[in-house]
Amino acid sequence: MSLRNVGIVYRKELLDSLRERRTLISMIVAPLLLMPMLTFGFGFAAYKLVSEARREVPRVMVLGGEDSPGIIAQLRALNTIRLVPPRADYVDQIANKKIRAAVEIPKGFDAAMNRGQSTDVMVYVYEGDIRSSFAAQRVERFFRDLRDRTVRARLETRNLSESLLRPFGITQKNVVPPEKVWGSIFGGVVAYMVILLCLTGAMYPAMDLTAGEKERGTMETILCSPVSRTHLVLGKFLTVLTASLATAALSIFSMAMTILGAKSTLGGLNPDSPTMLKVTVNPKAVVAVFVMILPIAVIFSAGLLAIALFAKSFREAQTYISPLTILVVMLAVVSVLPGVELNARLALLPIVNTSLVSKEILTGTYHWNYIALIFASSCVYAALALGVAVKLFQREDVLFRA
Amino acid sequence: MIEARQLCKRFQDKKRGQIRAVDGVSFRCQPGQIYGLLGANGAGKTTTLRMLATILEPTDGTALVAGYDVVTQAEKVRANVGFLSTATALYGRLSAQELVEYFGRLHGLDEAVLQRRIADIFRRLEMDEFRDRRCDKLSTGMKQKVSIARTLVHDPPVMIFDEPTLGLDVMAARTIVNFIRECRQRGKTVIFSTHVMTEAEKLCDAIGIIHDGRLLVEGSLAQLRERYGEGDLEEIFVRVVEREPASRSEVQP
Repeated sequence: MSLRNVGIVYRKELLDSLRERRTLISMIVAPLLLMPMLTFGFGFAAYKLVSEARREVPRVMVLGGEDSPGIIAQLRALNTIRLVPPRADYVDQIANKKIRAAVEIPKGFDAAMNRGQSTDVMVYVYEGDIRSSFAAQRVERFFRDLRDRTVRARLETRNLSESLLRPFGITQKNVVPPEKVWGSIFGGVVAYMVILLCLTGAMYPAMDLTAGEKERGTMETILCSPVSRTHLVLGKFLTVLTASLATAALSIFSMAMTILGAKSTLGGLNPDSPTMLKVTVNPKAVVAVFVMILPIAVIFSAGLLAIALFAKSFREAQTYISPLTILVVMLAVVSVLPGVELNARLALLPIVNTSLVSKEILTGTYHWNYIALIFASSCVYAALALGVAVKLFQREDVLFRA
Repeated sequence: MIEARQLCKRFQDKKRGQIRAVDGVSFRCQPGQIYGLLGANGAGKTTTLRMLATILEPTDGTALVAGYDVVTQAEKVRANVGFLSTATALYGRLSAQELVEYFGRLHGLDEAVLQRRIADIFRRLEMDEFRDRRCDKLSTGMKQKVSIARTLVHDPPVMIFDEPTLGLDVMAARTIVNFIRECRQRGKTVIFSTHVMTEAEKLCDAIGIIHDGRLLVEGSLAQLRERYGEGDLEEIFVRVVEREPASRSEVQP
């Protein structure tokens, strides 16, 4: 009778939850749409904005250079920028985006070049503005080319080899497989997103099945049935866990599909990116991440149930759970921070450990000692959270909190 | 049968300290009898009935319900009790049929018995028309019928009603009152709480007046009228409550 009742409660709560719009959105719609929307939506938007910025021929103001007609003529000949006449308020012009940049030619620039002397050109920009930085890049590229040509000409005049200035070259070469490169860049984000969605997937059913039940007056109805409170909480817990795991599974599936989709779509937009073109979704890593997420889902489900049960209403439960979301975000975001690596101490810190190990798994690295430690410690935390939830369900002052 | 033995319930309140919601309540209710627990708001009626239904655990004392102890055999008590109050709402996202099935299954009924019983109850209460409609789409009267079906599905020998007509319109209240009478006719032990004197006068075979957590007086309506020389139950109630200390000794053991 006992386990049978857990199953009866579970089936009823699942049916009830699947008829609740908020649960459906957080469990199915959000994980399926979030990643594609983020990747393709923002990806395309960013691509479009950058392309437009690149296509623009920026207005660049030349300051000075009255005694250097040579360099002015060369600048004027460029079709990548459009020169505008000098004005004293060039700073305001840049700040108000009337012009994208200004270049200051020092006094006697042409003469200094002819004499073989060194001089400085100043480029004024709006830092952080992409169109200003594109304009500055074009101006700087012109002056770098001019400098290289001048150096070569001066060396030739003196019959000197170019190697005099470049005794050796430096080349950086990637030696790790592309999935590791990809994992380091995006693995942390994926781990972070999965953990967060795992929490949000559990959130609404947990509140609905506890505080929501109190608010709607059905708590007393179920408490006068023969189901024991332990079996009742276990049935509810399994429902919340199902929602959490379904959210995690759907988000992992959605991310895998997004990555494969992005590989052909966004990779095609930017063929210069070898990393993007070589991205693969390793099924072993996907399964491993899901297994590591399991105890976290138990912690979230049991923890949220316990917290939400304490509340008298859905709104009060939201008040308690909102700060918890911030805490989880702060812990899960560690995987996105650069330079944070898994160690024995971090392996015992819940959420942080899962976040970091999931990132490692996605890069193809399996530290089995850490994986075992993290899984075991997370299981202990999960059991504790479930124990607290079961205990709270026995307390009249919590169930009938007025 | 219901037999309350010195039932006590104390709550801890942050502001008011310890509150004695129910203080040594004892009474007996026989099968085929309706026992009415009469009291003002906050008198201890709901707490007493919740203890009988094992929703709350007594701080002291105990009660036997259908032969089972509410403290040590809570699950067995719940299996033999039908509890109905305005606080026992329905799961709005389940249909009438799904809701009654859910409680039937929790009571351990096997599927064939459950479906037979549901068919019988739905026919008797004229619920077939809305059996597949979600509970949150039902009228108050329909909801009352679903609640009644829920309490009847396991055919319990004991029925507990906590202010079951509170806030209901005349027609919905009538459905409940008729249902309580029907329970008595079927030989069930019925206890119900109310502060509506006319309801108690119409229904109860025995009346207990509870005030400030204590059962001050009990007896049949005729006994109470004779003892207080008053025909009107409301007058009797006021006199009992106002003479509280003197009345305590009048509770029959």
